Amino acid sequence: MNTQSNTMPESFDSQGIAPMSATRPMYWSVRRELWENRSIYIAPLAVAVVVLFGFLIATIGRAMSMHDPARRAAVLTEPNTFAELLIMGVAFVVGLLYSLDALHGERRDRSILFWKSLPVSDLTTVLSKASIPLVVLPLFSFALTVATQWIMLLLSTAVMLGSGLSVAPLWTHMPLFQMWLALLYHLFAVHVLWYAPIYGWLLLVSGWARRATFLWAALPWLAIGIVEKLAFNTSHFAAWVGYRVSGSPAGGSFTADNVSMDPLMHLTPGRFLTNPGLWIGLAFFAACIAAAVRLRRYQGPI
Amino acid sequence: MTVIEARGLRKAFGATLALDGVNLRVEEGRILGLIGPNGAGKTTALNAILGLTPYQGELRVLGRDPWAERDELMRDVCFIADVAVLPRWMRVSQALEYVAGVHPRFDRVKAEAFLAKTDIRHASRITELSKGMVTQLHLALVMAIDAKLLVLDEPTLGLDILYRKQFYDSLLNDYFDRSRTIVVTTHQVEDLQNVLTDLMFINRGRIVLDCSMEEFESRYLEVMVNPEQVAAARTLKPIHERPVLGRSILLFDRADRKQLATLGDVRTPNISDLFVAVMGNQTAQGAAR
Repeated sequence: MNTQSNTMPESFDSQGIAPMSATRPMYWSVRRELWENRSIYIAPLAVAVVVLFGFLIATIGRAMSMHDPARRAAVLTEPNTFAELLIMGVAFVVGLLYSLDALHGERRDRSILFWKSLPVSDLTTVLSKASIPLVVLPLFSFALTVATQWIMLLLSTAVMLGSGLSVAPLWTHMPLFQMWLALLYHLFAVHVLWYAPIYGWLLLVSGWARRATFLWAALPWLAIGIVEKLAFNTSHFAAWVGYRVSGSPAGGSFTADNVSMDPLMHLTPGRFLTNPGLWIGLAFFAACIAAAVRLRRYQGPI
Repeated sequence: MTVIEARGLRKAFGATLALDGVNLRVEEGRILGLIGPNGAGKTTALNAILGLTPYQGELRVLGRDPWAERDELMRDVCFIADVAVLPRWMRVSQALEYVAGVHPRFDRVKAEAFLAKTDIRHASRITELSKGMVTQLHLALVMAIDAKLLVLDEPTLGLDILYRKQFYDSLLNDYFDRSRTIVVTTHQVEDLQNVLTDLMFINRGRIVLDCSMEEFESRYLEVMVNPEQVAAARTLKPIHERPVLGRSILLFDRADRKQLATLGDVRTPNISDLFVAVMGNQTAQGAAR
Protein backbone atom coordinates (compact mmCIF):
# COMPACT_ATOMS: atom_id res chain seq x y z
CA MET A 1 0.00 0.00 0.00
CA ASN A 2 2.79 2.32 0.98
CA THR A 3 4.81 1.71 -2.12
CA GLN A 4 1.78 2.28 -4.24
CA SER A 5 0.95 5.61 -2.70
CA ASN A 6 4.56 6.64 -3.10
CA THR A 7 4.95 5.65 -6.68
CA MET A 8 1.71 7.11 -7.92
CA PRO A 9 2.59 10.78 -7.50
CA GLU A 10 6.04 10.12 -8.88
CA SER A 11 4.69 8.62 -12.04
CA PHE A 12 2.52 11.69 -12.39
CA ASP A 13 5.53 13.89 -11.88
CA SER A 14 7.60 12.10 -14.47
CA GLN A 15 4.79 12.71 -16.89
CA GLY A 16 4.61 16.20 -15.55
CA ILE A 17 0.83 16.42 -15.62
CA ALA A 18 -2.14 14.76 -14.12
CA PRO A 19 -3.71 12.46 -16.70
CA MET A 20 -6.47 14.16 -18.61
CA SER A 21 -9.31 12.40 -20.26
CA ALA A 22 -9.00 12.39 -24.04
CA THR A 23 -12.59 13.50 -24.43
CA ARG A 24 -12.14 16.67 -22.37
CA PRO A 25 -10.66 18.83 -25.16
CA MET A 26 -13.46 17.56 -27.41
CA TYR A 27 -16.13 18.44 -24.85
CA TRP A 28 -14.75 21.93 -24.32
CA SER A 29 -14.30 22.51 -28.04
CA VAL A 30 -17.97 21.74 -28.64
CA ARG A 31 -18.99 23.99 -25.75
CA ARG A 32 -16.83 26.72 -27.20
CA GLU A 33 -18.65 26.42 -30.54
CA LEU A 34 -21.98 26.78 -28.75
CA TRP A 35 -20.71 29.87 -26.90
CA GLU A 36 -19.60 31.44 -30.12
CA ASN A 37 -22.54 30.44 -32.33
CA ARG A 38 -25.62 30.96 -30.28
CA SER A 39 -27.78 30.76 -33.42
CA ILE A 40 -27.30 26.98 -33.23
CA TYR A 41 -29.94 26.82 -30.54
CA ILE A 42 -31.58 30.24 -30.70
CA ALA A 43 -32.80 29.88 -34.31
CA PRO A 44 -34.60 26.52 -33.86
CA LEU A 45 -35.94 27.73 -30.50
CA ALA A 46 -37.34 30.87 -32.10
CA VAL A 47 -39.04 28.79 -34.78
CA ALA A 48 -40.57 26.52 -32.15
CA VAL A 49 -41.90 29.53 -30.27
CA VAL A 50 -43.39 30.98 -33.46
CA VAL A 51 -44.98 27.62 -34.32
CA LEU A 52 -46.50 27.35 -30.86
CA PHE A 53 -47.76 30.89 -31.03
CA GLY A 54 -49.30 30.27 -34.45
CA PHE A 55 -50.80 27.05 -33.18
CA LEU A 56 -52.33 28.80 -30.23
CA ILE A 57 -53.93 31.50 -32.36
CA ALA A 58 -54.86 29.83 -35.65
CA THR A 59 -55.33 26.12 -35.10
CA ILE A 60 -57.21 26.25 -31.86
CA GLY A 61 -59.46 28.94 -33.24
CA ARG A 62 -60.15 26.83 -36.31
CA ALA A 63 -60.69 23.69 -34.27
CA MET A 64 -63.18 25.41 -32.03
CA SER A 65 -65.36 26.10 -35.06
CA MET A 66 -65.61 22.37 -35.81
CA HIS A 67 -68.42 20.53 -34.10
CA ASP A 68 -67.44 16.97 -34.94
CA PRO A 69 -64.89 15.85 -32.28
CA ALA A 70 -63.02 13.60 -34.71
CA ARG A 71 -62.59 16.43 -37.22
CA ARG A 72 -61.60 18.77 -34.45
CA ALA A 73 -58.90 16.32 -33.34
CA ALA A 74 -57.69 15.98 -36.94
CA VAL A 75 -57.30 19.75 -37.24
CA LEU A 76 -55.42 19.85 -33.96
CA THR A 77 -52.89 17.23 -35.09
CA GLU A 78 -52.14 18.84 -38.45
CA PRO A 79 -49.49 21.27 -37.19
CA ASN A 80 -47.45 18.42 -35.71
CA THR A 81 -45.83 17.63 -39.02
CA PHE A 82 -45.58 21.29 -39.80
CA ALA A 83 -43.64 21.94 -36.59
CA GLU A 84 -41.37 19.00 -37.33
CA LEU A 85 -40.58 20.17 -40.86
CA LEU A 86 -40.00 23.76 -39.86
CA ILE A 87 -37.64 22.94 -36.99
CA MET A 88 -35.65 20.50 -39.12
CA GLY A 89 -35.54 22.95 -42.01
CA VAL A 90 -34.18 25.72 -39.83
CA ALA A 91 -31.66 23.37 -38.22
CA PHE A 92 -30.50 22.37 -41.71
CA VAL A 93 -29.99 25.99 -42.77
CA VAL A 94 -28.23 26.83 -39.50
CA GLY A 95 -25.96 23.82 -40.04
CA LEU A 96 -25.09 24.97 -43.56
CA LEU A 97 -24.31 28.53 -42.51
CA TYR A 98 -22.34 27.34 -39.51
CA SER A 99 -20.23 24.89 -41.52
CA LEU A 100 -19.46 27.48 -44.15
CA ASP A 101 -17.95 29.79 -41.54
CA ALA A 102 -16.58 27.31 -39.00
CA LEU A 103 -12.96 27.17 -40.16
CA HIS A 104 -13.02 30.55 -41.88
CA GLY A 105 -14.09 32.77 -38.98
CA GLU A 106 -11.21 31.73 -36.73
CA ARG A 107 -8.72 32.65 -39.44
CA ARG A 108 -10.48 35.89 -40.28
CA ASP A 109 -10.50 37.19 -36.69
CA ARG A 110 -6.97 35.79 -36.06
CA SER A 111 -8.22 33.84 -33.05
CA ILE A 112 -6.77 30.69 -34.67
CA LEU A 113 -3.46 31.84 -33.18
CA PHE A 114 -5.00 31.61 -29.73
CA TRP A 115 -6.67 28.23 -30.35
CA LYS A 116 -3.43 26.87 -31.71
CA SER A 117 -1.55 27.99 -28.60
CA LEU A 118 -3.52 25.47 -26.56
CA PRO A 119 -3.06 21.70 -26.52
CA VAL A 120 -6.06 20.92 -28.72
CA SER A 121 -5.17 19.06 -31.90
CA ASP A 122 -6.40 20.04 -35.35
CA LEU A 123 -8.26 16.74 -35.51
CA THR A 124 -10.17 17.50 -32.31
CA THR A 125 -10.97 21.01 -33.50
CA VAL A 126 -12.25 19.93 -36.92
CA LEU A 127 -14.24 17.03 -35.46
CA SER A 128 -15.78 19.29 -32.83
CA LYS A 129 -16.87 21.65 -35.59
CA ALA A 130 -18.25 18.79 -37.70
CA SER A 131 -20.17 17.53 -34.69
CA ILE A 132 -22.31 20.68 -34.59
CA PRO A 133 -24.33 19.94 -37.76
CA LEU A 134 -24.00 16.17 -37.41
CA VAL A 135 -24.65 15.56 -33.71
CA VAL A 136 -25.67 18.68 -31.82
CA LEU A 137 -28.22 20.07 -34.28
CA PRO A 138 -30.04 16.76 -34.99
CA LEU A 139 -30.27 15.92 -31.28
CA PHE A 140 -31.40 19.41 -30.43
CA SER A 141 -34.00 19.49 -33.21
CA PHE A 142 -35.29 16.14 -32.01
CA ALA A 143 -35.62 17.27 -28.41
CA LEU A 144 -37.16 20.54 -29.49
CA THR A 145 -39.67 18.87 -31.82
CA VAL A 146 -40.70 16.42 -29.12
CA ALA A 147 -41.13 19.27 -26.64
CA THR A 148 -43.09 21.37 -29.14
CA GLN A 149 -45.40 18.50 -30.03
CA TRP A 150 -45.97 17.75 -26.37
CA ILE A 151 -46.92 21.31 -25.66
CA MET A 152 -49.25 21.34 -28.66
CA LEU A 153 -50.85 18.12 -27.49
CA LEU A 154 -51.34 19.49 -23.99
CA LEU A 155 -52.83 22.68 -25.37
CA SER A 156 -55.16 20.67 -27.59
CA THR A 157 -56.19 18.50 -24.66
CA ALA A 158 -56.94 21.58 -22.62
CA VAL A 159 -59.04 22.96 -25.47
CA MET A 160 -60.96 19.70 -25.86
CA LEU A 161 -61.55 19.38 -22.16
CA GLY A 162 -62.53 23.00 -21.89
CA SER A 163 -65.21 22.51 -24.53
CA GLY A 164 -66.46 19.43 -22.70
CA LEU A 165 -65.41 16.93 -25.35
CA SER A 166 -63.64 13.61 -24.97
CA VAL A 167 -59.89 13.76 -25.52
CA ALA A 168 -59.82 10.12 -26.61
CA PRO A 169 -59.96 10.78 -30.37
CA LEU A 170 -57.07 13.20 -29.99
CA TRP A 171 -54.83 10.76 -28.21
CA THR A 172 -55.74 7.71 -30.27
CA HIS A 173 -55.25 9.78 -33.39
CA MET A 174 -51.68 10.52 -32.58
CA PRO A 175 -49.18 7.69 -32.63
CA LEU A 176 -46.73 9.87 -30.76
CA PHE A 177 -44.20 7.20 -29.97
CA GLN A 178 -44.05 5.97 -33.57
CA MET A 179 -43.87 9.52 -34.81
CA TRP A 180 -40.86 10.25 -32.66
CA LEU A 181 -39.17 7.02 -33.61
CA ALA A 182 -39.71 7.88 -37.26
CA LEU A 183 -38.38 11.37 -36.64
CA LEU A 184 -35.28 10.00 -34.96
CA TYR A 185 -34.73 7.64 -37.88
CA HIS A 186 -35.24 10.45 -40.36
CA LEU A 187 -32.82 12.74 -38.54
CA PHE A 188 -30.13 10.11 -38.32
CA ALA A 189 -30.55 8.69 -41.82
CA VAL A 190 -31.04 11.91 -43.74
CA HIS A 191 -29.69 14.78 -41.65
CA VAL A 192 -26.65 12.91 -40.42
CA LEU A 193 -25.71 10.16 -42.86
CA TRP A 194 -27.16 11.48 -46.11
CA TYR A 195 -26.21 15.12 -45.57
CA ALA A 196 -22.75 14.43 -44.06
CA PRO A 197 -20.94 14.99 -47.39
CA ILE A 198 -22.62 18.40 -47.77
CA TYR A 199 -21.37 19.52 -44.36
CA GLY A 200 -17.97 17.96 -44.99
CA TRP A 201 -17.60 19.89 -48.23
CA LEU A 202 -18.63 23.17 -46.60
CA LEU A 203 -16.18 22.65 -43.73
CA LEU A 204 -13.39 21.94 -46.20
CA VAL A 205 -14.16 25.08 -48.22
CA SER A 206 -14.37 27.17 -45.04
CA GLY A 207 -10.90 25.95 -44.08
CA TRP A 208 -9.46 26.52 -47.51
CA ALA A 209 -10.96 29.67 -49.03
CA ARG A 210 -9.45 33.00 -48.06
CA ARG A 211 -12.67 34.84 -48.78
CA ALA A 212 -16.09 34.36 -50.40
CA THR A 213 -16.61 30.93 -48.91
CA PHE A 214 -20.14 30.71 -50.26
CA LEU A 215 -18.99 31.26 -53.85
CA TRP A 216 -16.22 28.70 -53.55
CA ALA A 217 -18.62 26.20 -52.06
CA ALA A 218 -21.28 26.64 -54.72
CA LEU A 219 -19.38 27.56 -57.89
CA PRO A 220 -17.72 24.22 -58.69
CA TRP A 221 -21.07 22.42 -58.64
CA LEU A 222 -22.76 25.15 -60.60
CA ALA A 223 -19.93 25.11 -63.14
CA ILE A 224 -20.14 21.35 -63.64
CA GLY A 225 -23.90 21.62 -64.15
CA ILE A 226 -23.54 24.45 -66.66
CA VAL A 227 -20.74 22.71 -68.59
CA GLU A 228 -22.83 19.56 -68.78
CA LYS A 229 -25.82 21.50 -70.01
CA LEU A 230 -23.77 23.28 -72.67
CA ALA A 231 -21.78 20.28 -73.80
CA PHE A 232 -24.40 17.54 -73.76
CA ASN A 233 -27.61 19.47 -73.21
CA THR A 234 -28.41 17.14 -70.31
CA SER A 235 -28.90 17.88 -66.63
CA HIS A 236 -27.96 14.62 -64.93
CA PHE A 237 -25.56 16.41 -62.64
CA ALA A 238 -28.15 18.96 -61.52
CA ALA A 239 -30.59 16.13 -60.90
CA TRP A 240 -27.95 14.28 -58.92
CA VAL A 241 -27.27 17.34 -56.73
CA GLY A 242 -30.99 17.87 -56.27
CA TYR A 243 -31.37 14.23 -55.24
CA ARG A 244 -28.66 14.67 -52.61
CA VAL A 245 -30.26 17.78 -51.14
CA SER A 246 -33.96 17.03 -51.32
CA GLY A 247 -34.38 13.29 -51.64
CA SER A 248 -32.93 10.24 -50.07
CA PRO A 249 -33.54 6.53 -50.28
CA ALA A 250 -34.16 6.52 -46.52
CA GLY A 251 -37.94 6.62 -46.90
CA GLY A 252 -40.42 8.15 -44.49
CA SER A 253 -42.00 11.16 -46.14
CA PHE A 254 -43.50 13.74 -43.88
CA THR A 255 -46.71 14.68 -45.56
CA ALA A 256 -49.83 15.48 -43.68
CA ASP A 257 -51.84 12.59 -45.06
CA ASN A 258 -49.77 9.83 -43.50
CA VAL A 259 -49.77 11.16 -39.99
CA SER A 260 -52.77 9.11 -39.07
CA MET A 261 -51.16 5.93 -40.33
CA ASP A 262 -48.20 4.29 -38.73
CA PRO A 263 -45.27 6.49 -39.74
CA LEU A 264 -42.82 3.63 -39.30
CA MET A 265 -44.44 1.81 -42.23
CA HIS A 266 -42.80 4.05 -44.79
CA LEU A 267 -39.24 3.65 -43.62
CA THR A 268 -36.88 1.71 -45.83
CA PRO A 269 -33.66 1.27 -43.87
CA GLY A 270 -32.66 -1.81 -45.89
CA ARG A 271 -32.87 0.04 -49.16
CA PHE A 272 -31.07 2.99 -47.60
CA LEU A 273 -28.13 1.04 -46.24
CA THR A 274 -27.57 -0.80 -49.51
CA ASN A 275 -27.65 2.40 -51.52
CA PRO A 276 -24.17 3.03 -52.96
CA GLY A 277 -24.85 6.77 -52.92
CA LEU A 278 -24.89 6.70 -49.13
CA TRP A 279 -21.50 5.06 -48.88
CA ILE A 280 -19.93 7.17 -51.60
CA GLY A 281 -21.22 10.22 -49.76
CA LEU A 282 -19.77 9.05 -46.45
CA ALA A 283 -16.41 8.34 -48.09
CA PHE A 284 -16.49 11.84 -49.58
CA PHE A 285 -17.28 13.24 -46.13
CA ALA A 286 -14.32 11.39 -44.57
CA ALA A 287 -12.02 12.69 -47.31
CA CYS A 288 -13.23 16.28 -46.76
CA ILE A 289 -12.67 16.04 -43.00
CA ALA A 290 -9.19 14.55 -43.45
CA ALA A 291 -8.31 17.34 -45.89
CA ALA A 292 -9.71 20.00 -43.54
CA VAL A 293 -7.61 18.65 -40.64
CA ARG A 294 -4.51 18.68 -42.78
CA LEU A 295 -5.21 22.16 -44.10
CA ARG A 296 -5.69 23.58 -40.63
CA ARG A 297 -2.19 22.50 -39.73
CA TYR A 298 -0.77 24.78 -42.39
CA GLN A 299 -3.25 27.62 -42.08
CA GLY A 300 -2.68 30.81 -40.17
CA PRO A 301 -4.73 33.97 -39.92
CA ILE A 302 -5.84 35.62 -43.16
CA MET B 1 19.02 21.66 -20.48
CA THR B 2 18.75 23.00 -24.00
CA VAL B 3 15.26 24.24 -24.70
CA ILE B 4 15.64 25.26 -28.33
CA GLU B 5 18.28 24.05 -30.71
CA ALA B 6 18.28 24.92 -34.39
CA ARG B 7 20.88 24.04 -36.97
CA GLY B 8 20.68 25.24 -40.54
CA LEU B 9 17.04 26.22 -40.19
CA ARG B 10 15.68 27.29 -43.57
CA LYS B 11 12.30 28.40 -44.79
CA ALA B 12 11.45 29.81 -48.17
CA PHE B 13 8.28 31.51 -49.33
CA GLY B 14 8.49 31.24 -53.09
CA ALA B 15 11.77 32.86 -54.07
CA THR B 16 12.30 34.74 -50.80
CA LEU B 17 14.24 33.09 -48.04
CA ALA B 18 12.62 33.95 -44.73
CA LEU B 19 15.15 31.86 -42.82
CA ASP B 20 18.51 31.34 -44.40
CA GLY B 21 20.37 28.81 -42.31
CA VAL B 22 19.61 29.92 -38.76
CA ASN B 23 21.64 28.38 -35.96
CA LEU B 24 20.55 29.06 -32.45
CA ARG B 25 20.61 27.52 -29.04
CA VAL B 26 18.59 28.59 -26.04
CA GLU B 27 19.27 27.12 -22.62
CA GLU B 28 16.78 26.68 -19.83
CA GLY B 29 16.17 29.69 -17.60
CA ARG B 30 17.03 32.32 -20.20
CA ILE B 31 15.06 35.27 -21.51
CA LEU B 32 16.02 35.71 -25.11
CA GLY B 33 15.17 38.78 -27.13
CA LEU B 34 15.01 38.14 -30.86
CA ILE B 35 15.31 41.52 -32.50
CA GLY B 36 15.14 42.37 -36.16
CA PRO B 37 13.65 44.78 -38.68
CA ASN B 38 10.35 44.05 -40.40
CA GLY B 39 10.55 41.02 -42.63
CA ALA B 40 13.78 39.83 -41.03
CA GLY B 41 12.35 36.38 -40.32
CA LYS B 42 11.49 36.77 -36.62
CA THR B 43 7.93 35.56 -36.86
CA THR B 44 8.87 32.78 -39.26
CA ALA B 45 11.51 31.59 -36.80
CA LEU B 46 8.99 31.64 -33.95
CA ASN B 47 6.37 29.87 -36.08
CA ALA B 48 8.88 27.13 -36.85
CA ILE B 49 9.69 26.81 -33.13
CA LEU B 50 5.98 26.58 -32.31
CA GLY B 51 5.29 24.00 -35.01
CA LEU B 52 3.03 26.36 -36.91
CA THR B 53 4.98 26.12 -40.11
CA PRO B 54 7.03 23.38 -41.77
CA TYR B 55 10.74 24.08 -42.29
CA GLN B 56 13.97 22.61 -43.56
CA GLY B 57 16.96 21.93 -41.38
CA GLU B 58 17.22 20.67 -37.85
CA LEU B 59 15.11 21.99 -35.01
CA ARG B 60 14.41 20.57 -31.58
CA VAL B 61 12.22 22.26 -28.99
CA LEU B 62 12.26 20.60 -25.56
CA GLY B 63 13.72 17.62 -27.34
CA ARG B 64 10.83 17.37 -29.79
CA ASP B 65 10.39 18.02 -33.48
CA PRO B 66 7.86 20.87 -33.33
CA TRP B 67 6.22 20.19 -36.70
CA ALA B 68 5.82 16.47 -36.21
CA GLU B 69 5.02 16.53 -32.48
CA ARG B 70 3.09 19.76 -32.21
CA ASP B 71 0.19 18.41 -30.17
CA GLU B 72 2.49 17.04 -27.44
CA LEU B 73 4.68 20.12 -27.54
CA MET B 74 1.80 22.48 -26.85
CA ARG B 75 1.42 21.11 -23.32
CA ASP B 76 4.83 22.47 -22.41
CA VAL B 77 4.95 25.50 -24.66
CA CYS B 78 2.81 28.56 -24.45
CA PHE B 79 2.69 31.52 -26.76
CA ILE B 80 1.20 34.91 -27.39
CA ALA B 81 1.48 35.13 -31.14
CA ASP B 82 0.26 38.65 -31.51
CA VAL B 83 -1.75 41.18 -29.59
CA ALA B 84 -5.50 40.87 -29.89
CA VAL B 85 -5.88 37.27 -30.97
CA LEU B 86 -8.25 36.44 -28.15
CA PRO B 87 -11.66 35.78 -29.72
CA ARG B 88 -13.68 38.95 -29.45
CA TRP B 89 -17.00 37.25 -28.75
CA MET B 90 -15.72 35.44 -25.67
CA ARG B 91 -16.42 36.47 -22.12
CA VAL B 92 -13.56 36.69 -19.65
CA SER B 93 -15.17 33.95 -17.55
CA GLN B 94 -15.53 31.74 -20.62
CA ALA B 95 -11.87 32.23 -21.52
CA LEU B 96 -10.88 31.08 -18.02
CA GLU B 97 -13.26 28.14 -18.15
CA TYR B 98 -12.16 27.05 -21.59
CA VAL B 99 -8.42 27.17 -20.91
CA ALA B 100 -8.99 25.37 -17.60
CA GLY B 101 -10.96 22.78 -19.55
CA VAL B 102 -8.42 22.01 -22.25
CA HIS B 103 -5.08 22.72 -20.60
CA PRO B 104 -3.86 20.19 -18.05
CA ARG B 105 -1.29 22.63 -16.65
CA PHE B 106 -3.55 25.63 -16.21
CA ASP B 107 -3.96 26.94 -12.67
CA ARG B 108 -7.21 28.87 -12.57
CA VAL B 109 -6.62 30.28 -9.09
CA LYS B 110 -3.41 31.86 -10.28
CA ALA B 111 -5.10 33.43 -13.30
CA GLU B 112 -7.92 34.79 -11.11
CA ALA B 113 -5.42 36.25 -8.65
CA PHE B 114 -3.66 38.05 -11.45
CA LEU B 115 -6.93 39.34 -12.91
CA ALA B 116 -7.97 40.60 -9.49
CA LYS B 117 -5.14 43.13 -9.72
CA THR B 118 -6.61 44.57 -12.91
CA ASP B 119 -9.86 46.29 -13.80
CA ILE B 120 -11.04 43.35 -15.88
CA ARG B 121 -14.44 42.01 -14.89
CA HIS B 122 -15.41 38.37 -15.43
CA ALA B 123 -18.67 39.19 -17.15
CA SER B 124 -17.07 41.42 -19.79
CA ARG B 125 -16.77 40.33 -23.36
CA ILE B 126 -13.29 40.65 -24.81
CA THR B 127 -14.57 43.10 -27.41
CA GLU B 128 -15.51 45.47 -24.56
CA LEU B 129 -11.97 45.51 -23.13
CA SER B 130 -9.31 48.01 -24.10
CA LYS B 131 -6.26 46.79 -25.97
CA GLY B 132 -4.20 47.00 -22.81
CA MET B 133 -6.74 44.98 -20.85
CA VAL B 134 -6.90 42.28 -23.55
CA THR B 135 -3.14 41.94 -23.26
CA GLN B 136 -3.42 41.75 -19.46
CA LEU B 137 -6.03 39.01 -19.81
CA HIS B 138 -3.92 37.06 -22.27
CA LEU B 139 -0.93 37.41 -19.99
CA ALA B 140 -3.02 36.23 -17.03
CA LEU B 141 -4.06 33.12 -18.98
CA VAL B 142 -0.55 32.41 -20.15
CA MET B 143 1.17 33.02 -16.80
CA ALA B 144 -1.20 30.61 -15.09
CA ILE B 145 -0.01 27.83 -17.38
CA ASP B 146 2.93 25.95 -15.98
CA ALA B 147 4.85 25.86 -19.26
CA LYS B 148 8.54 25.29 -19.80
CA LEU B 149 8.80 27.65 -22.75
CA LEU B 150 6.91 30.87 -23.31
CA VAL B 151 7.10 32.53 -26.71
CA LEU B 152 5.97 36.12 -27.12
CA ASP B 153 5.72 37.66 -30.58
CA GLU B 154 5.21 41.42 -30.32
CA PRO B 155 3.20 41.03 -27.11
CA THR B 156 3.03 44.75 -26.36
CA LEU B 157 2.45 46.20 -29.82
CA GLY B 158 0.25 49.28 -29.66
CA LEU B 159 0.23 49.50 -25.86
CA ASP B 160 1.18 52.61 -23.95
CA ILE B 161 4.29 52.70 -21.82
CA LEU B 162 2.43 51.99 -18.55
CA TYR B 163 0.93 48.76 -19.80
CA ARG B 164 4.21 47.76 -21.41
CA LYS B 165 6.17 48.30 -18.23
CA GLN B 166 3.56 46.47 -16.18
CA PHE B 167 3.61 43.60 -18.69
CA TYR B 168 7.32 42.97 -18.33
CA ASP B 169 7.26 43.58 -14.57
CA SER B 170 4.59 40.90 -14.14
CA LEU B 171 6.48 38.56 -16.39
CA LEU B 172 9.69 38.95 -14.40
CA ASN B 173 8.24 39.06 -10.90
CA ASP B 174 5.24 36.74 -11.05
CA TYR B 175 6.20 34.26 -13.72
CA PHE B 176 9.82 33.89 -14.59
CA ASP B 177 12.06 31.54 -12.67
CA ARG B 178 15.18 29.59 -13.49
CA SER B 179 13.23 26.60 -14.77
CA ARG B 180 11.33 28.58 -17.36
CA THR B 181 12.50 30.00 -20.65
CA ILE B 182 11.10 32.98 -22.49
CA VAL B 183 11.67 34.03 -26.08
CA VAL B 184 10.40 37.46 -27.03
CA THR B 185 10.40 39.52 -30.20
CA THR B 186 9.48 43.17 -30.25
CA HIS B 187 10.16 46.44 -31.96
CA GLN B 188 9.99 48.24 -28.64
CA VAL B 189 13.57 47.30 -27.91
CA GLU B 190 14.05 49.87 -25.16
CA ASP B 191 11.56 48.00 -22.92
CA LEU B 192 13.77 44.93 -22.95
CA GLN B 193 17.11 46.34 -21.81
CA ASN B 194 16.72 45.21 -18.21
CA VAL B 195 14.58 42.17 -18.95
CA LEU B 196 16.68 40.01 -21.20
CA THR B 197 19.44 37.59 -20.33
CA ASP B 198 20.31 37.00 -23.97
CA LEU B 199 20.15 39.04 -27.11
CA MET B 200 19.93 37.99 -30.74
CA PHE B 201 19.68 40.16 -33.84
CA ILE B 202 18.21 38.68 -36.96
CA ASN B 203 18.34 40.19 -40.42
CA ARG B 204 17.38 38.77 -43.81
CA GLY B 205 16.84 35.35 -42.32
CA ARG B 206 20.23 35.16 -40.64
CA ILE B 207 21.37 35.61 -37.04
CA VAL B 208 23.75 38.58 -37.12
CA LEU B 209 24.37 38.94 -33.40
CA ASP B 210 24.13 36.42 -30.59
CA CYS B 211 25.36 37.30 -27.11
CA SER B 212 24.35 37.18 -23.48
CA MET B 213 23.54 40.46 -21.75
CA GLU B 214 26.70 40.14 -19.58
CA GLU B 215 28.71 39.79 -22.74
CA PHE B 216 26.79 42.69 -24.26
CA GLU B 217 27.72 44.91 -21.34
CA SER B 218 31.39 44.05 -21.38
CA ARG B 219 31.75 43.99 -25.13
CA TYR B 220 29.95 47.09 -26.34
CA LEU B 221 30.84 50.55 -25.11
CA GLU B 222 29.69 53.97 -26.13
CA VAL B 223 31.63 57.19 -25.77
CA MET B 224 30.45 60.74 -26.22
CA VAL B 225 33.28 62.72 -27.76
CA ASN B 226 33.84 66.41 -28.40
CA PRO B 227 34.43 67.38 -32.05
CA GLU B 228 38.20 67.91 -31.57
CA GLN B 229 38.66 64.34 -30.36
CA VAL B 230 36.56 62.61 -32.99
CA ALA B 231 39.50 61.96 -35.31
CA ALA B 232 41.45 60.31 -32.49
CA ALA B 233 38.45 58.25 -31.50
CA ARG B 234 37.91 57.07 -35.05
CA THR B 235 41.34 55.47 -35.09
CA LEU B 236 39.99 52.97 -32.53
CA LYS B 237 37.58 51.70 -35.18
CA PRO B 238 34.11 52.40 -33.84
CA ILE B 239 31.38 50.30 -35.40
CA HIS B 240 29.01 53.21 -35.46
CA GLU B 241 28.99 56.95 -35.08
CA ARG B 242 26.13 59.36 -34.62
CA PRO B 243 26.04 63.09 -33.97
CA VAL B 244 24.22 64.44 -30.92
CA LEU B 245 23.99 68.15 -30.20
CA GLY B 246 27.29 69.08 -31.75
CA ARG B 247 29.13 66.15 -30.27
CA SER B 248 29.49 62.58 -31.49
CA ILE B 249 28.60 59.29 -29.90
CA LEU B 250 30.84 56.46 -31.03
CA LEU B 251 30.03 52.83 -30.46
CA PHE B 252 32.83 50.33 -29.98
CA ASP B 253 32.98 46.59 -30.08
CA ARG B 254 35.59 45.06 -27.75
CA ALA B 255 37.53 48.26 -27.16
CA ASP B 256 39.70 49.00 -24.16
CA ARG B 257 37.58 50.80 -21.58
CA LYS B 258 40.52 52.78 -20.14
CA GLN B 259 41.58 53.98 -23.52
CA LEU B 260 38.02 55.08 -24.30
CA ALA B 261 37.74 56.87 -20.97
CA THR B 262 40.41 59.33 -22.10
CA LEU B 263 38.11 60.45 -24.91
CA GLY B 264 34.95 61.10 -22.91
CA ASP B 265 32.21 59.50 -20.81
CA VAL B 266 32.03 55.75 -21.34
CA ARG B 267 28.75 53.93 -20.90
CA THR B 268 26.88 50.83 -21.98
CA PRO B 269 24.86 51.49 -25.12
CA ASN B 270 21.15 50.92 -25.44
CA ILE B 271 20.11 47.80 -27.30
CA SER B 272 18.39 50.04 -29.81
CA ASP B 273 21.62 51.94 -30.55
CA LEU B 274 23.51 48.73 -31.07
CA PHE B 275 20.67 47.50 -33.24
CA VAL B 276 20.86 50.58 -35.44
CA ALA B 277 24.63 50.20 -35.68
CA VAL B 278 24.57 46.52 -36.57
CA MET B 279 21.68 46.82 -39.01
CA GLY B 280 23.22 49.93 -40.60
CA ASN B 281 26.43 48.05 -41.20
CA GLN B 282 24.50 45.11 -42.57
CA THR B 283 22.70 47.33 -45.04
CA ALA B 284 26.00 48.96 -46.05
CA GLN B 285 27.54 45.54 -46.59
CA GLY B 286 24.52 44.45 -48.57
CA ALA B 287 24.80 47.53 -50.74
CA ALA B 288 28.53 47.01 -51.24
CA ARG B 289 27.83 43.49 -52.45
